[in-house]
Amino acid sequence: MAEYQNIFTRIQVREAHPTGVSLGRDNYSRVGGGAFSYWLGKIGDAQIGPIHLGGTGILSIICGFVAIEIIGLNMWASVNWDPIQFVRQFFWLALEPPPARYGLSIPPLAEGGWWLIAGFFLTASILLWWFRTYFRAKALGMGTHIAWAFAAAIWLYLVLGFIRPIMMGSWSEAVPFGIFPHLDWTAAFSIRYGNLFYNPFHMLSIAFLYGSAVLFAMHGATILAVSRFGGDREIDQIVDRGTASERAAIFWRWTMGFNATMESIHRWAWWFAVLTVITGGIGILLTGTVVDNWYLWAVKHGVAPMYPVEGAMDPALALPTEGVEQ
Amino acid sequence: MITSIQNCEKIFTRFIGLLFIFLVSACELPPVDSEQQGYRGLGMENVVNPRTKAKVLAENISPDPSPPVSSEGPKADEIYENVKLLNDLSIGEFTRLMASMTQWVSPEQGCNYCHVPGNFASEDIYTKQVARKMIEMTRKANSAWQAHMGETGVTCYTCHRGKPLPTAAWSTDPGPAHPSALKSTGQNTVSATVAYTSLPYDPLTTYLNNVNEIEVVAKTTLPTGKPGPSIVQTEATYGLMMHISDSLGVNCTHCHNSRSFFAWDQSPAARTNAWHAIRHVREINDEYINSIADILPATSKGVLGDPLKVNCNTCHRGLNKPLQGVSMLSSYPSLSGDKSGTE
Repeated sequence: MAEYQNIFTRIQVREAHPTGVSLGRDNYSRVGGGAFSYWLGKIGDAQIGPIHLGGTGILSIICGFVAIEIIGLNMWASVNWDPIQFVRQFFWLALEPPPARYGLSIPPLAEGGWWLIAGFFLTASILLWWFRTYFRAKALGMGTHIAWAFAAAIWLYLVLGFIRPIMMGSWSEAVPFGIFPHLDWTAAFSIRYGNLFYNPFHMLSIAFLYGSAVLFAMHGATILAVSRFGGDREIDQIVDRGTASERAAIFWRWTMGFNATMESIHRWAWWFAVLTVITGGIGILLTGTVVDNWYLWAVKHGVAPMYPVEGAMDPALALPTEGVEQ
Repeated sequence: MITSIQNCEKIFTRFIGLLFIFLVSACELPPVDSEQQGYRGLGMENVVNPRTKAKVLAENISPDPSPPVSSEGPKADEIYENVKLLNDLSIGEFTRLMASMTQWVSPEQGCNYCHVPGNFASEDIYTKQVARKMIEMTRKANSAWQAHMGETGVTCYTCHRGKPLPTAAWSTDPGPAHPSALKSTGQNTVSATVAYTSLPYDPLTTYLNNVNEIEVVAKTTLPTGKPGPSIVQTEATYGLMMHISDSLGVNCTHCHNSRSFFAWDQSPAARTNAWHAIRHVREINDEYINSIADILPATSKGVLGDPLKVNCNTCHRGLNKPLQGVSMLSSYPSLSGDKSGTE
């Protein structure tokens, strides 16, 4: 195998990074630093820390810990505090939202109250972490692209667990916390509302999701393929196209007649990723609030193709003879 | 240094290998067969593992019927006392059916499982009254539920398989124990009833003992303004469907086009059978089992004291046609309700 072909990072620099720009009065909040990890060096920078904690970071971790603690203890209680069953059934266990009869009211702790509290702390944790990504970017003089991309994901999260349940008038519409249970929720949600695949915003979200994967593969492969010509210095090459950049561009013009640039490929990637969750969130928000059955909606608007009738008879049409004779 | 890194890599590779084996250990080995069941290009197919299927087929073989006997001669109630059902059978037919029932239900216990030795007329053993109720149930099934099972019909053997209590009988699942401060959600535990999903674990009580609405999908394009079935209700229906699929050894596509689970015009004909089957099972549990709960002993009841009941798996046992579709009824016409002698 040639030297430049390897699935893991080949080079590990063992000289400490510069500490970066001064954070002024925030300088105190950087902790750790100087350690190197061989294994993390395989997939990224070998240097660990220093990490900036700061007020939002510490609060976020505390809120996240509280949320996971509530979820975990409820799961453990549901197997009668049996540690073996907790491990064995872990993927099955969940903390469920309140039953439908409670609507948007505050339910007893045992019937979804814990779910509401866990949801509050998890949301607080996520929002605090968002502020952290925003302020850390500002402190470094960076753009805030990462924070806004994260905000797009938070939009989908809030639609699923907060905005849509409020519009539907019931916390029971929200997602349970649990591995298999949230997947069952997803399947049941799609079935209840007549098949989410006929939701056009779901279609867009899938297109952007798969598109993101394709773009990531194309870009990652292109840069790795020209890194022997210095192609990994892609940001320099936005304005100073070297032979790596030219070769990469020629490759794509040869194969498909058009190429992204060292700058634009990153905008493609950012927008595809961000639009996955923005369109997904819109699709979820419309489900049950604006459209109750996406299959019927798709039939009405000529989206769903028609196939021959399969042969079942709706028994409701023959009710008078039900169970009495054939 | 180099050696230790190489060792690390070796250990790492072995760990990944073990993890892979662990992850795929719950999977079935390929190849599997798939047969098309509906219109082309729609994934309307049943996926069958031929090795699993062969095992299921071997477990579902119907016994040969006893040789037929003459319907001439004196009637059963002319010879025996206290014959309430089957009294129009000839003594030969009557004896043949009694012998077959013993083989089907209590081959080890023999006649005395239901009869007091030396006094066939006695009602002293509860199983005799149960058997009478079960004959009524069988005749009702064979006369009124062609919408469920066509002309194939059932006999005692369809459920009993040589055992006094059918293997796949069920009772209400109390769910796992939990502290009193926690209220059970009725789901999210490892349950064989719903094919090891985390779906609500007792759809049988909800839908096959009690009568609750199974259809949950919105019937209109746009919201009606009234709250529809909840996601949890949808999951309970899903749980029932997992039970049906698992019991019959079929995929969802046996009864549904998954692009539209609710639309009848998109569904294969088997869905209509299944709709009637659910009503049939409800009738069996309500009219023929729960109604005689008083005379049943604790061994025929579940932990909550409800009698052991019937679900799809009680007869189907992994096949969409129980006992491979062989009609034992045709050899035992006295069990079809058409025969005079039904009350």
